[in-house]
Amino acid sequence: MTIKSMAEYAANGEMPEVLFWVGCAGSFDQRAQKITKAFAQILDKVGVKFAILGKEEMCTGDPARRAGNEFLFQMMAYNNIQTLNGYGIKKIVTACPHCFNIFKNEYPALGGNYEVIHHTTFLQQLINDGRVRLKESGEFKGKKITYHDSCYLGRGNNIYEAPREVLQALDVELVEMKRCRTNGLCCGAGGAQMFKEEEKGNTRINFERSEEALETGANIIAANCPFCTTMLTDGVKNKEKEDDVKVLDIAEMVARSLAD
Amino acid sequence: MQLVQQILFIIISGISIYLFAQKVGEIRRNIMLGRKEDLTDNPGQRWKNMALLALGQKKMFKRPIPAILHLFVYAGFIIINIEILEIILDGITGQHRMFAPLLGSFYSVLIGCFEILAVLVLAGCAIFLARRNIVKTPRLVQSELDGWPKNDANLILILEIVLMTLFLAMNTADLVLQERGAEHYTVTGSFWITGMFTGLFSGLPDGTLIAIERGGWWLHIVGVFFFMNYLPYSKHFHIIVSFPNAYYMRLKKQGEMKNMPEIQNEVLYMMEPDKAPTDAAPAEPQRFGAKDVMDLSWKNLMDAYACTECGRCTAMCPANITGKKLSPRKIMMDTRDRLEEVGANINKNKEFVEDGKTLVHDYITVEELRACTSCQACVEACPVSIDPLNIIYQLRRYLIMEESNSPEEWNLMFGNVENNMAPWKFSPDERDRWAQEMSQA
Repeated sequence: MTIKSMAEYAANGEMPEVLFWVGCAGSFDQRAQKITKAFAQILDKVGVKFAILGKEEMCTGDPARRAGNEFLFQMMAYNNIQTLNGYGIKKIVTACPHCFNIFKNEYPALGGNYEVIHHTTFLQQLINDGRVRLKESGEFKGKKITYHDSCYLGRGNNIYEAPREVLQALDVELVEMKRCRTNGLCCGAGGAQMFKEEEKGNTRINFERSEEALETGANIIAANCPFCTTMLTDGVKNKEKEDDVKVLDIAEMVARSLAD
Repeated sequence: MQLVQQILFIIISGISIYLFAQKVGEIRRNIMLGRKEDLTDNPGQRWKNMALLALGQKKMFKRPIPAILHLFVYAGFIIINIEILEIILDGITGQHRMFAPLLGSFYSVLIGCFEILAVLVLAGCAIFLARRNIVKTPRLVQSELDGWPKNDANLILILEIVLMTLFLAMNTADLVLQERGAEHYTVTGSFWITGMFTGLFSGLPDGTLIAIERGGWWLHIVGVFFFMNYLPYSKHFHIIVSFPNAYYMRLKKQGEMKNMPEIQNEVLYMMEPDKAPTDAAPAEPQRFGAKDVMDLSWKNLMDAYACTECGRCTAMCPANITGKKLSPRKIMMDTRDRLEEVGANINKNKEFVEDGKTLVHDYITVEELRACTSCQACVEACPVSIDPLNIIYQLRRYLIMEESNSPEEWNLMFGNVENNMAPWKFSPDERDRWAQEMSQA
């Protein structure tokens, strides 16, 4: 398969159906790259015409903004909007809730207006439209799975059901954690915490959350955010449960369950 | 004697209302010290929010048990205030139970309903006291409540219990006096609750009963006036401020962080100098982010007065749950305390005189601000639409942009974003390597 960049599309005078905004984690982080690849594989398999920005993609500025560095954020946003508007991008799909939130809610004030969709919602639509077809009895059928709401998909944008509908389509046995949906507990990475040591406390936030996930007895913790995936994986390792319990992005689960 | 009571009543109520209005005016002035923010769009949605969140207490019901108890106290408080109207009119005109002849037999039903509510208020407040002092519900005994906040909460509850007890004692004595045909005591028919307790007072002479009835009446109304004037100094002021606070809540998605157009423009003029206005007068230098309460928006300051320190935000805060110093409730309490201090400074000096203190550092520490994950659980949890995260963001902006006060790891992250276009130290050329790998596979 070939993944085409926006520059290549533009050179041929073509427009993709959607721009896949990979994000920094999805591009560089080894664990998150697997999610990126899984999602790209799904798009390719079902014939969604998509492009990436490739080397032209830059950090959205989200961690800088949340930390308080508005100048740096505005610089990044300016450059990204120049690129996106230059290509006449209309629709963006991303596998990162932080990128999703900032495009959807914060770029419009700066002149960046796009239809923005998170990959879990996109997958749910592809399943509903019959474009993504899943195996009758995939590897997750009947498996006990818990779902972790990311803050910026859940509370930030009120998207609670789309990811759960994808899990239902996979025929899993969904077991909710005590703190879920609007009450969901953060993984500990947001607000630029991913890039610094936690402040002093009794325990780490990702340990607290992972323990809660483990208490459900699920074998898989489903996530929708590369940062949550990292934090929860570390939390599971801390409890030495990494052999029994896997943290997977919903895209990875769908990719493994695609019908031939 | 009657005339003396009337005059005394009018004087007391006049002073109470004057003092209350003065203090409320002062709080309004304090709130207006904040920066401008337009929150008047979409009035339809705003009225709806006020009806659902403030009047309907929708978010309270996330925790059903305290919600029901709170509903008793709240409904009791609002509805029994209809009785206050009669008390005030009686007080001014020197009549006794002047609504009774107007309403006929319905009057005793109405008072009966008030009495049921009064009992529910009593029970609610007693359970609330127990939750705070015996059961020690975690969010109600956290360290930021030590001292005045705990006493404030207990005082309010005790005061409500006293007021309700006086109301019921007054009615009981009244009923016994009615039965005896005492002069001035309009016959109303029995009341549902106190009708069952007349036996307690039946052995007492008329004089004592009149003393109980009059004493109850006076202490009740004086208590109500005290309560009214205590409110603006107390966390209990939420019973008023939560209404405008729900109306003026931000209608944006919770995930959205407020833009800073001044910095947006600065970046724009830097990148496209031809767009910079040439003739414009240099803008008044405004502080980036917030160092003190005056740098916050007026809505942040109103939030501080709407906070009743229930701690639902803190109980949901991932940083607080894991033992970090951050508590969103403390952010709100600190904001109010500092604002009150600034207000007192203005009262004393006619205008604010520098006192060497600021909201950041003196009230809210850097460590607290650094612990926030921006998860919005506090915003989601607040029953009265307070947004502690908004304040945290503005204080963080001040620390980074005005003080260059940043942990080393964040400085590295900023440097990477600026130079490598990613928060980690990877070469931008590697950004699409995953795609090349897939293409080769």
